Amino acid sequence: MLVHLQGPWTPLLGRLTLQQIPFHVPILVVTFIVVAILAAVVLGATTYFGKWGYLWREWLTTVDHKKIGVMYILLGLVMLLRGFVDALMIRTQQAMAVGPSSPGYMGAVHGYLTPFHLGQIFTAHGLIMIVFAATPLLVGLMNIIVPLQIGARDMAYPYLNALGLWLTTAGAALVMVSLFVGNFAHGGWYGFVPYFELSYSPGVGVDYWMWSFQLAAIGTSLGSINLIATIVKMRAPGMTWMRMPMFTWASLSTNLIALTSFPVLMVTLALLGMDRYLGTHFYTAGMGGNLMLYNDLFWVWGHPEVYFLILPAFGIMSEIIPTFSEKTLFGYATMVIASFAIGGVAWGVWLHHFFTMAAAPSVNSFYSVTTMLVGIPTGVKVFNWIFTMYRGRVRYELPMLWALLALFLLLVGGMSGMMNAFASSDYMWHNSLFVVAHFHMMVLVIAASVFGAVEYWFPKVFGFKLEQKWGKWFFWFMILGTGWVFVPMFLLGFGGMTRRLDYIHYTQWSPYLHIMLIGMVFYVIAVVFFVAHLYISLRDRAKNRAGADAWGSGRSLEWATHSPVPAYNFAITPHVNARDEWAWRKENGLTELHPGDYESIHMPKNTGVPLFLGILFMGLAFALIWRIWWLALLCVALIVVLIILRSFDHDTDMTIPAEDVEQVESDARDETSTAIRPAGVLGGTAIAHSTLQSGTGGISGSTSPSWTPMDR
Amino acid sequence: MSASAAQKVDPAHATLWARRYPGHDMIGTRTFGFWLYMLTDAMVYAALFATLGVLSHVVNLAGGPSSSAFINPVYAYGETITLFLSVLIYGYSMVALKNGNRGGVIGSMFAAMLLGVVYLVIAGIDIGNMFAHGIVPQVSGFLSIFFTLIIYHALHILVGVVWMLVMMVQIAREGFSANVVYRLINLRLFWHFQAVIWTFVFTFVYLQGMVA
Repeated sequence: MLVHLQGPWTPLLGRLTLQQIPFHVPILVVTFIVVAILAAVVLGATTYFGKWGYLWREWLTTVDHKKIGVMYILLGLVMLLRGFVDALMIRTQQAMAVGPSSPGYMGAVHGYLTPFHLGQIFTAHGLIMIVFAATPLLVGLMNIIVPLQIGARDMAYPYLNALGLWLTTAGAALVMVSLFVGNFAHGGWYGFVPYFELSYSPGVGVDYWMWSFQLAAIGTSLGSINLIATIVKMRAPGMTWMRMPMFTWASLSTNLIALTSFPVLMVTLALLGMDRYLGTHFYTAGMGGNLMLYNDLFWVWGHPEVYFLILPAFGIMSEIIPTFSEKTLFGYATMVIASFAIGGVAWGVWLHHFFTMAAAPSVNSFYSVTTMLVGIPTGVKVFNWIFTMYRGRVRYELPMLWALLALFLLLVGGMSGMMNAFASSDYMWHNSLFVVAHFHMMVLVIAASVFGAVEYWFPKVFGFKLEQKWGKWFFWFMILGTGWVFVPMFLLGFGGMTRRLDYIHYTQWSPYLHIMLIGMVFYVIAVVFFVAHLYISLRDRAKNRAGADAWGSGRSLEWATHSPVPAYNFAITPHVNARDEWAWRKENGLTELHPGDYESIHMPKNTGVPLFLGILFMGLAFALIWRIWWLALLCVALIVVLIILRSFDHDTDMTIPAEDVEQVESDARDETSTAIRPAGVLGGTAIAHSTLQSGTGGISGSTSPSWTPMDR
Repeated sequence: MSASAAQKVDPAHATLWARRYPGHDMIGTRTFGFWLYMLTDAMVYAALFATLGVLSHVVNLAGGPSSSAFINPVYAYGETITLFLSVLIYGYSMVALKNGNRGGVIGSMFAAMLLGVVYLVIAGIDIGNMFAHGIVPQVSGFLSIFFTLIIYHALHILVGVVWMLVMMVQIAREGFSANVVYRLINLRLFWHFQAVIWTFVFTFVYLQGMVA
């Protein structure tokens, strides 16, 4: 049944031999030493300070949606850094390896990376950034914010939530393991057939790619079930559909996409896996396989996935912009419709990823038109955000700056996307750097939104604001880097440079490649500022303590509980009376957050089972990659046993007694009454006053106190 | 459009906190999530059926046999009867659940499980026969998806059988607790869903395969 493999194989270790450890690649050896030292420091510090128990009780076994969300975001940030280092290496190689006379180092003919090594880097860069950076960052944010926004105590399935986190983490860990044990796929993050078939890629690289991808896909699907069920079933009384905050709407739409598209990815990868392990002929050249089947199946997932990533970013912008414009979101109903229109169209555009692959003109035309249709709901959103700011009291604090950057990048990325939508012109620049620059603009929309969201909701989760000075340096250097890297990239794409080159033939492209390298230096400085931003914020946290309504102009329900949020979110479940519930309460002077007369609260108990399942799934994937059959069977058996045993566990819930709730509530710093201040004082930053602020017949025409949101 | 938002609540008489809020309905939430899970499984099947459609061209036979040459309709008939009977009997176990009849639930579930095992035996003999004649997934693209579909479906039946076994133990141990009841409802969804999928497998793999 199993495919006969060339090369050594032993029953005990499968294909794993000492030769698979890349001692001969200096870059990897240095990386390994750095990682080993860092790991030793972290583990040593945890032991030295006696924090293992804390780590186990508070984080590793937690089912609290906020902590799981924080861990998702930490995972996303670590992988974002890894993906960034990959990008740095690609850009350096391309700047060095230009023209026949360019020198070569460390075994490379030109530049310092061999084509095999560079191939692994750009494959890992793509996979990591999409699946292990952007996805966990956004899933983490949805995890934290959605239950708070709808007034729930936790997610619908807290245990499943933890399982999703640990499966995603297992996938990310596998990608990292591939650095030091074996190698990674080197044919691009979305794979090619028959190139990824065993006969053309006999190594373990494709297996690493396939299984880490698969684990992330399973984790994300589980997460999407959880978020949809949470939004549908767990809303507080009074939270009708049309009172839901826009981020929750965006999360619902985006998770419907994930729910329906990720299974297709699982099938795509599983069929490739069967080709590689059992010798079937789904995608083989000859023997009745079909190459285009892979492309279609992959992008049937791949394009909805793009909107899966961008919709939460839109949701974030829809939360930040009203808060810092002190106005309700313009065109709420159209925003909802636009979110679902984007989610719906997502299913009908996938073929635009391969216009050049010999589809009939009628087919290409159909997908051209559907792709352009995406511009309509997106345009609605852009105008809604602009009209939200129009005649609002816009405050340029950090979250707002990031949201505005995202809005600007969305215009650039969206317009270039419309250019790609024409099949005829796409023939000119298919697989060129123009396309690469386009989708990097779009993923930078996501990055900017995520940074804005972290700034915006950080005080809600941790109880203190991030400082503004270094954050602004970080922000401006990100803009510098983006301009210097991606403007030349657009130009090079028009010039005809294709993607993923390990050697550049035309020396006249060299100046552009060096300008991009300067941009990368700006990005590196931005990363340093980001670290400084976090460090100084942590150091000065006592100065930046924030109350429930950290920004003074929050509108939705998450601001109607203490910062940091207690484990049970709301001592008493709120009853929702308006769309912007918190803004409504502030307008009517109903901001008391200590309702008194507390009741005991029923909550899920911590469990280590999801963590063990994550470890077992990682073991299973590792065993399959190296074809260690005994280990694979053992892991499957243990997984089944663990799941069944867990179903017999009665001790899954606990009750927080009313006295404890009362204690926590009275300890909670509550600065809501003082947080309501005139907009001009907040944060001491530059503030743009609307010319109509002074109550001389503005939109609301009111002379109400200046903290009152201008609600039309 | 936004009727609920337009209904202004009088702040003087607004309810701000839902005291003694009973929280969500646990069984309803769990079964809703299981419906969502089944949607993902339906998408897996959709992708597999699409693959079957793509790989059913004559070039995908790669010189190997087409399904009309080797499908034995007797086995497919037997599988259909056992699976549908099993689903019917599982339905009776849910009737017993409504009556609070513990013995009735366990008894009918045992019968449903046995029929599931019979299904697996028939499928095993069928697939074993094909393998013995050299009709294996490695022959052609078409046979790859043919076997993938029917084995993936059979794996679901295996999961259902194991699940029923676990549930019988849990009913015997703790009776109809909320945990047991929601699992029984989910298992019902799961089991009926396999019958629904089987009608598609039967139609597109067996019937169409016989005709093609």
